[in-house]
Amino acid sequence: MLLVIFAFFVSLVFAVIAKDDLREQVRFGGMMFGGFLASALVLGWLMYPFPL
Amino acid sequence: MGDSVPDTRGGSGKLTAVRATAAEETQSGTLVLLCLASWAIPGAGHLWLGRRTKGLIFLVALPLMFALGLALQGRLFPFDLNEPLVGLAAIADLGIGIPYFIASTLGYGGGEVRAVTYEYGNAYLIVAGLLNLLVVIDAFDVAMGRK
Repeated sequence: MLLVIFAFFVSLVFAVIAKDDLREQVRFGGMMFGGFLASALVLGWLMYPFPL
Repeated sequence: MGDSVPDTRGGSGKLTAVRATAAEETQSGTLVLLCLASWAIPGAGHLWLGRRTKGLIFLVALPLMFALGLALQGRLFPFDLNEPLVGLAAIADLGIGIPYFIASTLGYGGGEVRAVTYEYGNAYLIVAGLLNLLVVIDAFDVAMGRK
């Protein structure tokens, strides 16, 4: 949950900085947010077999 | 030769040059003020430049992220030059502006290392500061007419 909130805030700020049009902001922010979550899941599973 | 070249900048030309220099100084002073305001209060630079929606989003999102970092037991790192990473984290923390000083004054940001959320808190605090520095650069670009 904390990762999701973190990804939301970072995506929001980056989208607002990078794009001026609302549609583009939503699209860019959504893609970034999805990318954050997907990469976290993939990296989490990749690290699963390794002991601490 | 060089002496025979007529001076194209007469009295009014010099006056124009002085005015242009004064205008440039005023503009650079305003730019410095804009950047300082943008750093001190997240989103203030964009609000100053008339970009209300963007300014309001920064004004809400960044201090909220910083407050969440404090609530998650994150630490406001001290300026310790002996440990470069701690010093860099302190600079990043400071990037959020006035909220940093408010939190320090009120005694928040001590950091509870044993808390499960300690590292998350640090990430929230550091990234909030760094994002605010990006916002300052964006406000500068807007003021310069690059965006």
